[in-house]
Amino acid sequence: MRLAEAWRVAWDALRANRMRSALTMLGVVIGVASVVLLVAIGTGTKQRVEQQVEGLGSNLLLVVPGRLDVGSAPALSPLTLQDVDAVGRVVGDPNRVAVTVASGATVRAGNREDFTTVQGVLETTPTVFARELARGRYLTRSDVDTGRRVAVLGDSVARSLFPDREAVGQQINVAGVRFRVIGVFVPLGQSLGVDRDDEVHVPVTAAQRLYGTQRVDAIAVKAPDRERIDELGERIVAELNGRHPGTEFSAVTQEQILGVLGDILGILTGVLAAIAGISLLVGGVGVSNIMLVSVRERTREIGLRKAVGARPRDIGVQFLLEAVLLTSVGGLTGMALGVGGALLVAAVSPIPAAVTWWSLALAFGVSAAVGIVFGVVPAQRAGRLDPVVALRTE
Amino acid sequence: MSRAPAIEAFDVSRTYELDGVSVPALRGVSLTVAAGDYVALTGPSGSGKSTLMHLLGGLDRPSGGRLVIGGREVGTLSAPELARLRNETIGFVFQAFHLLPRTSAVDNVALPLVYRGVGARQRRERAAAMLGRVGLGHRLHHRPNQLSGGEQQRVAIARALVTDPTVLLADEPTGNLDSTTGAAVLELLERLNVESGVALVMVTHDAEVAARARRRVAMRDGVVVTDSATDGGGGA
Repeated sequence: MRLAEAWRVAWDALRANRMRSALTMLGVVIGVASVVLLVAIGTGTKQRVEQQVEGLGSNLLLVVPGRLDVGSAPALSPLTLQDVDAVGRVVGDPNRVAVTVASGATVRAGNREDFTTVQGVLETTPTVFARELARGRYLTRSDVDTGRRVAVLGDSVARSLFPDREAVGQQINVAGVRFRVIGVFVPLGQSLGVDRDDEVHVPVTAAQRLYGTQRVDAIAVKAPDRERIDELGERIVAELNGRHPGTEFSAVTQEQILGVLGDILGILTGVLAAIAGISLLVGGVGVSNIMLVSVRERTREIGLRKAVGARPRDIGVQFLLEAVLLTSVGGLTGMALGVGGALLVAAVSPIPAAVTWWSLALAFGVSAAVGIVFGVVPAQRAGRLDPVVALRTE
Repeated sequence: MSRAPAIEAFDVSRTYELDGVSVPALRGVSLTVAAGDYVALTGPSGSGKSTLMHLLGGLDRPSGGRLVIGGREVGTLSAPELARLRNETIGFVFQAFHLLPRTSAVDNVALPLVYRGVGARQRRERAAAMLGRVGLGHRLHHRPNQLSGGEQQRVAIARALVTDPTVLLADEPTGNLDSTTGAAVLELLERLNVESGVALVMVTHDAEVAARARRRVAMRDGVVVTDSATDGGGGA
């Protein structure tokens, strides 16, 4: 029998049992759709995180006490503003050095309040992190030097405290101390479910007084030269190690952060795909089951086909093609649903989703392969049926 | 007739293994079906006539003895070779018709040609012509459930003959039909036997039906007890 002929026979057989074929496909449809959708979400999340890390500004070097590793506990910082000056000297330009000392605090304005992150920073922050203001102005050198009680609000905080008023020029109360709002940031949006506009910037000196500390949590450096960013990191770490014997420091680049985040998100995507793959496997078992039922049901047909000259191989191929057709039509439907679902998720929810060609190709290939793998046993059984016995079956 | 015999069986036996016990169904049958022969195969149930029928049609292989169909030794053929032999030399007609449901008469008749690799167009032409010969030229696109029992059996006969076989094996072809319809089917089979020279071997319970054959082979307990051809001094 010619292959084209065999496809047609398989197709006719599936059409003859539309309901059953559709229900059998459903398992594969769900499996493939979830693989495509979940991989799209994983990939989309990874892409967005990468964009955001890159969006922090280019050539960024983060200097923190302790090791920056997955699973290591954050260390208490021994860094002070004197260390920041020292780092500035290593870099050769103090305007390329930013700091943060952050703490959660309740911020009030009138009868409204908001619990947010209050960050003590230098006037260099917009340069280093490429932050832009929507309104008003940012902190100045003199604000930092004098510990002036002025604040720049993230978009969310400004909306929360001043829903119907212009925030710039208003007074806010941070942990019992009054600050004057001088600016509002351009919104950044969400990242991994975290609202990046939920923050207030105040001069580091004012923050230290507020928290009763001399420390800074971390130092960020915008390296002047991308090529020598690692070397600069080493020199900064060496300088800090000299100033604080016994404490370890790390200088990490965006690439390193991206690498760590990429690893985590890659594992996450893999786990999601594997879970979805299990449902595809279950769908395949369903196909196998129905094919066995079909072989049994059509025993007489098989006997007759053999009597008129079908070889065992012809019968086997016919049933194998039926299984492959079931899973590939199911696979195509699942792909369409998965892509549609991903577009829907991306459009109506904050979860990013990016459909990749490789996931489509993989899902389709796997579903066709599932048809072959789970169709082989029923097909062999059909091919080996004794025509005499098959014809006698009622 | 000078043509080579269509089927020759020499001391053919067939034993089934049932739960480790050997059950002999045929105990040494010798039989020659000549080209254009018309044989009625009779015997009580369990006499081995169905087993012999399956062997003569190449659906099964003998446990002992020699079986030659269309000049080929069945015992030496692989399953695909046997399938091809059936396709080329044998036509089957069954008591229960065995038509494919949800498939038109013309496609049912064309089925053996599918396995011969004949193209779709030519298949349909030959199947339609064959249906015309059995008097169903007006029923080409009817499905089996739209046809009467007699018409279904005629479709089955057309399917058996579309490949131009040398032997037509009919297993109780009138068993599921009323007497009038049965007689018409029988007449059709006899007409085709004469017209196209296909040998007709028919298993039947019906003494009247058997009486119409040119040759009667009676079986009991796995052996041939009477063969009118040998009784008359002809045959092998």
